[in-house]
This record gives sequence, C-alpha cells and structure tokens, in this order.
Amino acid sequence: MNKQLILSIAASFAFAGSAFAGSQAFDFKDPKGVNNAVFKLDAPLEAINGTAHGISGTVNYDPEKPESLAGKIVVDAKSLTVPNPTMLGHMQGAQWLDVEQFKEITFEATKVGKVKHEGANVTADVTGKFTLHGVTKEITVPVKLSYLKDKLSQRVPNMPGDLLVIRAKFNIKRTDYGINPGAPTDKVSDEIELTLSLAGASPKK
Amino acid sequence: MLALATLGAWLATGAHSGWTKTSVTVVEVDAVTGLENPVQQKKFVMGVELLGVGLIGAAVLAGASFLFKTTKTNNQQ
Repeated sequence: MNKQLILSIAASFAFAGSAFAGSQAFDFKDPKGVNNAVFKLDAPLEAINGTAHGISGTVNYDPEKPESLAGKIVVDAKSLTVPNPTMLGHMQGAQWLDVEQFKEITFEATKVGKVKHEGANVTADVTGKFTLHGVTKEITVPVKLSYLKDKLSQRVPNMPGDLLVIRAKFNIKRTDYGINPGAPTDKVSDEIELTLSLAGASPKK
Repeated sequence: MLALATLGAWLATGAHSGWTKTSVTVVEVDAVTGLENPVQQKKFVMGVELLGVGLIGAAVLAGASFLFKTTKTNNQQ
C-alpha cells in the first residue's frame, strides 16, 4: 500500500516536471533599452502618441509548445512619456493615470489559444489579466512570437543564450479602467491603441 | 516685428500644425530582433498655440501703439 502511494506521488512529480521540461524563462528587462510600449489615441488637432521604456517581467516559453506560454510583463507607469511637457504632466497626474498611486501597468498571461505556426514565427491569442490604473480586466491579445535561438550573444556580447521576441497590437478603452471617465471623448478618445515590441533574454548557464 | 518673429520661429521649427513639443520621436530598428524602437530626441518644435499667442500678442501691441500714437498727437495739438 505504502509502496503504491510512493510510486503514484513520484509519477505525479515526474508528470508535472515534464510539463515544464522544455520551457525557458525569458527576462524582459532589456539591457539595451529597446523594449517599448507605444500608445496612441485620437484628440483634436493631432493624435496623442507616447511611449514607455520601463519594461520588465518574465515569460516562460517552450518553442515546441507555444500554448504553454505563461508569465507577466510589467510597465513602469512613470516611464510613459509624450513629447509635450504640459500634456505629460496632465497624463501622469491624479486626474488621468495617477502614476504616483498606480505605479505599474501589468499583463499576466493565463491562457493561450489559436496557435498558428508561420515559418519561424508563431501567432496566438493570449488571454490574461491586464491591470491599468488599479483596475484589472481579462483581455485577449493577438501576439506574434519569434524564438531566436542562440541570438542573445549578438545583442549582449559574451552572453550565450536565446531570445524571445513578442509583438502585440490591441485596443483598450480608457473608461473601462476608470481613467478620467468624465473627460469628453471628442477631446480625448476613449479608445487607446497599444503596441508592444519586446525582446526577452534566456541566458545559457 | 513680434508677428514676423513668431511666424519666423514657427516656420524655422518645422511649421508644426499640432501642439508644441520639446522632443521628437525617431524610430530606430534593432538589428538582431528587428524591433522598432521609438527614441525621444530633445528638440523644440513650436506648435500652433505659441504661434497664436505670438500673433495675438502682436495684434494687441499694434492696437495699443495706435492708441498711444493718438494720445501723443492730441498732446502736441
């Protein structure tokens, strides 16, 4: 009886281990500072275009099993910037993003679907918890994944390893996240287009 | 003079039809990953609000100068 129990526990651990056997952890704190999130929304006179470079997080990815992707991407809200200093002050202030209180914008992947292989790239719909302005909602984002084997040393000298490139483009509504819901949408549009361009590193030990 | 200076500054910084900017975005492409990276470079680009302030200011000064001229003429008489 005891022997059977020990065997079944050992088998369970072996199965759990095999699920992550080919999975690699990719760190998205890019030393080259290329990783970025671009946001765009319509406004009178000209569209508001901004960027954020304060990106970090870890994603586990197995190129043989893209559907096993899991992890979290974090954007430092204070790193969001626009070219107009007055607009920047308003955007980061308490009436809009309130970056002093809501310091992080996060996306935590929970499910991957519609996986398609396109040559060396993989496209998929990633569902996860998106947190902005202290509000968390489940959203599904179309992503393009490129696994670049042994390319890390080309970006970071003397560091062998692999790269995972993630590209995503999706829309959210600012009122869904309680961002100045009283502001008229003809002055600042409700719809925000987000574009993520990220590269994660998995050094070989 | 102020109107000409304002218009000249606006034209010289690119005749931008939007708001004033203190930086411009230049897109660089990472050679290994192919990712596009929008980089902010410091550059002053005068917007239409400053153009408007300059032109309105010039109009106000021009109007005031006419009033001043009229007063001076009256004093001389």
